[in-house]
Amino acid sequence: MAIDEVVLLDFWSSPFGLRARITLAEKGIKYEYKEEDLRNKSSLLLEMNPVHKKIPVLIHNGKSICESLNIVQYIDEVWNDRSPLLPSDPYQRAQARFWADYVFPAQKKLAFATKEEKESAEKEFLDALKLLEEQLGDKDYFGGDKFDFVDIAFAPYYSFFKIYEIVGNFKMEEEFPKICAWAKRCMQKESVSMSLPDSQKVLGFFMEMRKNFLGTE
Amino acid sequence: MADEVVLLDRWPSPYCMRVRIALALKGVICEIKDEDLSNKSTLLLQMNPVHKKVPVLIHNGKPICESLIIVEYIDQVWNEKPPLLPSDPYQRAHAKFWADFSDKMVCLYSMSLLTSKREELEVATKEFKENLKLLEEQLGDKHYFGGEELGFLDVALLPIITGFKTREIYGKFKIEDEFSKLFAWANRCLQKESVSKSIPDQEKMYGLIVEMRKKFGVE
Repeated sequence: MAIDEVVLLDFWSSPFGLRARITLAEKGIKYEYKEEDLRNKSSLLLEMNPVHKKIPVLIHNGKSICESLNIVQYIDEVWNDRSPLLPSDPYQRAQARFWADYVFPAQKKLAFATKEEKESAEKEFLDALKLLEEQLGDKDYFGGDKFDFVDIAFAPYYSFFKIYEIVGNFKMEEEFPKICAWAKRCMQKESVSMSLPDSQKVLGFFMEMRKNFLGTE
Repeated sequence: MADEVVLLDRWPSPYCMRVRIALALKGVICEIKDEDLSNKSTLLLQMNPVHKKVPVLIHNGKPICESLIIVEYIDQVWNEKPPLLPSDPYQRAHAKFWADFSDKMVCLYSMSLLTSKREELEVATKEFKENLKLLEEQLGDKHYFGGEELGFLDVALLPIITGFKTREIYGKFKIEDEFSKLFAWANRCLQKESVSKSIPDQEKMYGLIVEMRKKFGVE
C-alpha cells in the first residue's frame, strides 16, 4: 500500500494556514510542515501556486491544492473515513459553505483600518460578528453538536481576538459572549489547541505589521 | 411532490448567468424573478438578509446564496443528470480553484469598465489578457474545461464570454486572434441551447455597458 505524502506550505501566523493545520489534525493525518518566508518565497511555493503565490498550499503526492477552504474540503473528501467535516445533505452543505465564506472579510478591514476608516470598519466588524453570534445561537459549535467546517473556518481568528479589542476598543466577551464561549470550547479540542500559535506572539507580530502598513501604532 | 424552484435574478449579472446555465443544463423547471436592485423586493431581503444580493435560489422555500455554492447545490440535488463537478477530489479542488479565480477576474474588470475613462482602460485590459492567457493554458486542447463535456468550471466561466465584444472594443484587440482556443471554446458552448438561451448576447451587454458608462460620466 502506497504511503500518502502530504506537505503543507504555510506561515506560522496565517489564519488560512491554520484552517489547513486544524483539519489535518482533526483527521489525524501525518504531514510535513514547511514554513515559508513570505518575503523570500521558495521555488516550491512559486511552482505549486504559480497563480497567486500564496500559502497555504497542500501538496498531496506531488499535486498541489490551493485556497484554504478548498484544502479543507479536499482533505475531507479524500480522508472520508473519519471525522466528516461537511454535512452530506446538499442544503446543509450549502449553508456551511456560505457561512465559512462569510467569516473573513470584515475582520481584515478592521485590522488594517486607518484612523479615518476605523469607525465604519468597526461597525462593519461588529455587525458581522453579531450575525455570526446569531448563527451560532445556543449550539456548542456552528456545526451543531460537532466541530466542523464553519468552526474550522473561524477558529483561527481566536488568535486575533485581543487584536480586535485593541484596535476596535471593545471587549469581545461583553459584546459576543456566545462566540467567546464557543472559542474556549474549540480551544479544548486538541486539534485546535496544538495548531494555534501563542496569541501573545501573534499579537506582537501583527501589531508590528500594522505599524509598518499604517506608519503608526 | 413537485419541486418548487425560484431564482431571484438580474439578467446582466454574470453570477446569475452561472445559475441559469446550471439550471438549464440539468433541465430544472424554474420560475425566474427579475430583481430591481435599486428597489429590492421583500422576498430578496428575506431570503438573503446577509448580503441582499442576487442570485438567490429558493428550493421548496429554502434559500441558497452565492453563485458557485448554488451551482454546486444544483449539481448535488439534480444528480440524475450528468455531474458538473468531477468525482475525483483533486479534480474538484482544481475546478473550484479556477472558478474562484474567475470571480476575481469578473469583479476587477467590471469595476474598471464602469469607472475608468477609455484612455485609462489600458492597464485593466492588460491584466484581463494575462488572465485570459492563464485560462487558455488551463483549457489546453480540451473541448471544454470539464473535458469532453461542459462542467463546473465551464459554467463558472461562461458569463465572461458575454463581455467579449465589449472588451474587444474598449481594449482594441480581437479574442479570436490572440486567444483562439478560448474563442473556439466560447463558440462551442454557445451551440448548446442550455447556454445560448441562458445568457444575453454580446451586443446587448455592450449596449448596457455603454449606457452605464455614460451614466457614470466615463464614456
